[in-house]
Amino acid sequence: MSTTAQSKRGAQALNEALHAIFSERDDVVLFGEDVLDPYGGAFKVTQGLSDAYPDRVLTTPISEASLFGVAAGMALRGQRPILEIMFGDFVALGLDQVVNGISKFREMYDDQVTVPLVVRAPMGGRRGYGPTHSQSLEKLLLGIPNIVVVAASECHDVGALLTAAVDDERPVFFIENKLLYGRAIRRPDDGHVGELAVRESGDPYPALTFSATDFTEGAATIVTYGGMLPIALDAVTELVLEHEIFCEVVALSQLVPMELDAVLESVARTRALVTAEEGTLTGGFGAEIAARVQEASWSDLGAPIQRVAARDGIIPSARPLEDAMLPSVQDVVDAVMSLEGTR
Amino acid sequence: MSQLATFYERMFFIRRFEETLLDLFSLGKLVGTTHTYIGQEANAVGLIDHLDPDVDTIFSNHRCHGHYLAFTDDAFGLMCEVMGKAPGVCGGKGGSQHLCKGNFYSNGVLGSIVPVATGIALAEKRKRTGAVSTVFLGDGTLGEGVTYESLNIASLWQLPVLFVVENNHYAQSTPVELELAGSIAARGAAFGVEVDELDTTDVEEIHGAAGRAIARIRETGAPFFLVLDTYRFSPHSKSDDQRDPAEIEERRTRDPLLVLGARLSDDERRAIAARCEERLAETIEAADAAPAATPGVAA
Repeated sequence: MSTTAQSKRGAQALNEALHAIFSERDDVVLFGEDVLDPYGGAFKVTQGLSDAYPDRVLTTPISEASLFGVAAGMALRGQRPILEIMFGDFVALGLDQVVNGISKFREMYDDQVTVPLVVRAPMGGRRGYGPTHSQSLEKLLLGIPNIVVVAASECHDVGALLTAAVDDERPVFFIENKLLYGRAIRRPDDGHVGELAVRESGDPYPALTFSATDFTEGAATIVTYGGMLPIALDAVTELVLEHEIFCEVVALSQLVPMELDAVLESVARTRALVTAEEGTLTGGFGAEIAARVQEASWSDLGAPIQRVAARDGIIPSARPLEDAMLPSVQDVVDAVMSLEGTR
Repeated sequence: MSQLATFYERMFFIRRFEETLLDLFSLGKLVGTTHTYIGQEANAVGLIDHLDPDVDTIFSNHRCHGHYLAFTDDAFGLMCEVMGKAPGVCGGKGGSQHLCKGNFYSNGVLGSIVPVATGIALAEKRKRTGAVSTVFLGDGTLGEGVTYESLNIASLWQLPVLFVVENNHYAQSTPVELELAGSIAARGAAFGVEVDELDTTDVEEIHGAAGRAIARIRETGAPFFLVLDTYRFSPHSKSDDQRDPAEIEERRTRDPLLVLGARLSDDERRAIAARCEERLAETIEAADAAPAATPGVAA
């Protein structure tokens, strides 16, 4: 798949967006572990920010449980905090604040307050970091009412997504797959990413729908997000080249609240759905989507919904073991191929 | 009215409000739960007298009614909230332990409120409002680790937080000896936070110490850790009390209303009691008559 004219890397796109946000709004404060220059954050996303805005970038103790609450308190009082969590795995330390405070304040206080905070959380494996630094824990957030979960992918305008998250009155959990940082952003150019036609729908956190046939036919819809998008796109290419099977891919950026218009539209054309996520299988993104799509579009489905996800286990450190654990291009191809025998 | 009489009236009203809630539960007029402040009134009244509700903030816990009434004087909003009525301060959504009005907040998970109060202080410091962010902890709260993360951050960043530990010697049914090691005051000192510790039910002493603590915060911008030894005469919530009745009776000899009441004349006390009873009766009558909270209907 060729890249478009823009070849900025994900970390740089996010970094530029942060600089723009800081210059636009002086109520924005960013804090997290090791975010100061010259270090600039574990993944370098905050580089240059503390030099430019020394009073608005705070390096913190290793106190995630408290930091989620500090962000909540700031947001309650009209500031726009951005909390950088070094590894998304550590969101687990802050879940009490998310479940019992951040997500509840607005509704339980009868709309007297808002909690406009952003938590940036790098998720995902394939870097050999092992069981506690590689997970995709989005599903822990999927079932929490009154929050927004946004996942950037390399084909989204990641800077626009982050800017929208900061402008949002709701608490936003902004998921950055770690591989995104080093990969080139591939925005649609003249309605295409490489050979695939692309439609963008939804605002301010759009879904991207990719088609190998300019939306005229398709054997299945693959719905995914974040770091699984390049894997799904590679699977689509392989399915075309090796099997002459044409699929659509829908890449959501808004995971919560779940809005599936783009998925339902695509399924109406393809009559089959495969979900693809990097997190573990049980109780995840695919499970929720499968439930909703069969409720909304049972008559459009010509085959059982297939889920592709990580195995229900740990993410081992050794590369061959990690590869065996996490969902691969071949897993997506196999899931689409398995549909052929069921209809 | 003298300051002492004002304090007495505020404390007496809180006492009677809370006793009335327990009565209403017994009569089956209230559902859910409540955690009354009976016995601890001098803490709220003595301390909150130094706070400006238009500027300063409070984050309170499950046992929040005394703090709420001392800070907002909104008995009707609280009564409706506890009764599940539409004009409740949170429209009936929060209930007894999840209150919000102006600069007052409360939530029902103990340690969880401490970092939020710390974040409030950070925001107010950045906005240069001069606000003090007060957070009410109990001896039980000290079992939750996020409290210490927040003390560390408040001290490190020199945030205007007043940490108030109301040590009422029980975490629900568990006596402090079974839930707390070491010294409470040393917990603040360990983080380089200035500490004061009082063992009194005298609202004048509490008023003095809280005034000094809050003045220090306003002067330095730094946090302060105030430990108040106290006791609740009421159960943890409604009827869950297995404490030794002799222990409770002994503590009743130091009832803050008796201590302060002794400094007022019989006539003053009677007049205050009559006013409070009348106000309470009006509050209950109005709350009783108010419409119930209904899904999808704004108050």
